[in-house]
Amino acid sequence: MREIKVSEITGAIRDMCIEANLRLSGDMKEALLAAENEETSENGKHILRKLQENLDIACADEIPICQDTGMAVVFLEAGQDVHFAGGPLEDAVNEGVRLGYTEGFLRKSVVDDPLLRKNTGDNTPAVIHERIVEGDRVKITLAPKGFGSENMSRIFMLKPAEGIEGVKNAILTAVKDAGPNACPPMVVGVGIGGDFEKAAILAKEALTRKADDASELPHIRALEEELKGLINQTGIGPGGLGGRITCLAVKINTYPTHIAGLPVAVNICCHVNRHITREL
Amino acid sequence: MTEIRLSSPLKEEEILKLKAGDRVSLSGIVYSARDAAHKRMEEALSAGKELPFDIKNNIIYYMGPSPARPGQVIGAAGPTTASRMDKYTPRLLDLGLKGMIGKGKRTEEVHEAIVRNHAVYFAAIGGAGALLSKCIKRSEVIAYDDLGTEAIRRLEIEDFPCIVVIDPTGKDLYRLTSETVVS
Repeated sequence: MREIKVSEITGAIRDMCIEANLRLSGDMKEALLAAENEETSENGKHILRKLQENLDIACADEIPICQDTGMAVVFLEAGQDVHFAGGPLEDAVNEGVRLGYTEGFLRKSVVDDPLLRKNTGDNTPAVIHERIVEGDRVKITLAPKGFGSENMSRIFMLKPAEGIEGVKNAILTAVKDAGPNACPPMVVGVGIGGDFEKAAILAKEALTRKADDASELPHIRALEEELKGLINQTGIGPGGLGGRITCLAVKINTYPTHIAGLPVAVNICCHVNRHITREL
Repeated sequence: MTEIRLSSPLKEEEILKLKAGDRVSLSGIVYSARDAAHKRMEEALSAGKELPFDIKNNIIYYMGPSPARPGQVIGAAGPTTASRMDKYTPRLLDLGLKGMIGKGKRTEEVHEAIVRNHAVYFAAIGGAGALLSKCIKRSEVIAYDDLGTEAIRRLEIEDFPCIVVIDPTGKDLYRLTSETVVS
């Protein structure tokens, strides 16, 4: 049994909130540069250049890349041989978010009740997904999620008979409906299978994959590539102002499902696809 | 592509020259307001009260900034999705609002109100909050302080880059581009 103090979790989450909001990961930066080279429309190229300039300014002047510094989504994988000491784990995660967002000059975008809507003032609570795994390590992935793109996300409960064509249509429908609202070029996270909520979580997790990785499953890898091509033929383009580059990547995660079902969740993210992982 | 230099508050004769797709460099005064501030303004109007600023010929920037670090004017300050304000917008346009800066599609009702009032809708680059913050030279909360990032701010902007999405004839750049087939 390995003991981990929950204060270590708090410290890690604090730092990750700040880091993720000021510096985009290398894979996403490379995807933007590649996009600029592939883009043919004048407006599109202009916007892609400005987005890279924006990343440089954010880093140099410690200004968040985007003012929507998101709701903090935390994937926490805890080894079953870990004992968390010093207080409740979820309180420790939220304390990390509180410290990160207040000390890091990040925007507080969370309201306490979805209908009464009073700002909590410190961006808590986080959305926390916990999983117990083998071993004595703790892996934390933090993904601050902006809501311009989150609002354009969809879930489709397809019939098995709709098959792969139905899946493609669902994803293209979500992307076309999102259009300029979701700050294209987008990253499209897709969850196929499981049940209603599992599909949505798969889609969110898919967004935390590196921009340049590909699914290990050959048929899913092919689907990711094909959809990227189809999405980049919609003409939406950077900023929605027309062009080739509507998405930077399509990431699909899957899970077994019921004989009667084919759930498809499409979680859309803007070009500021922030995620950071740390292991303790 | 040439850039049109405009100053805010806007003049009607200058708005009428704008075409969907024009790149604009904007300087002058704009007011930030987003969801919660719009709700309060609507409530104020419905109660027969005045708006917290003179809306005539002015521009609303749909934006809620991140906090400024010491020494900075403002934190990240890019546009938010305009469609969430669609419900409130026609009434404000009918009261003299002339311009809006945001991102994303607008409803048919907003299109009609833009045409009816000779107004304009600009898009700024979504997700370029750090870059756009550099065009903001002064920022002052003028109303609804308790709303935090959603308070109304009077912003002095200089060479703020945006693009005309809906021009006063109702032409919509997003609709024009979605009709173009990409080869």
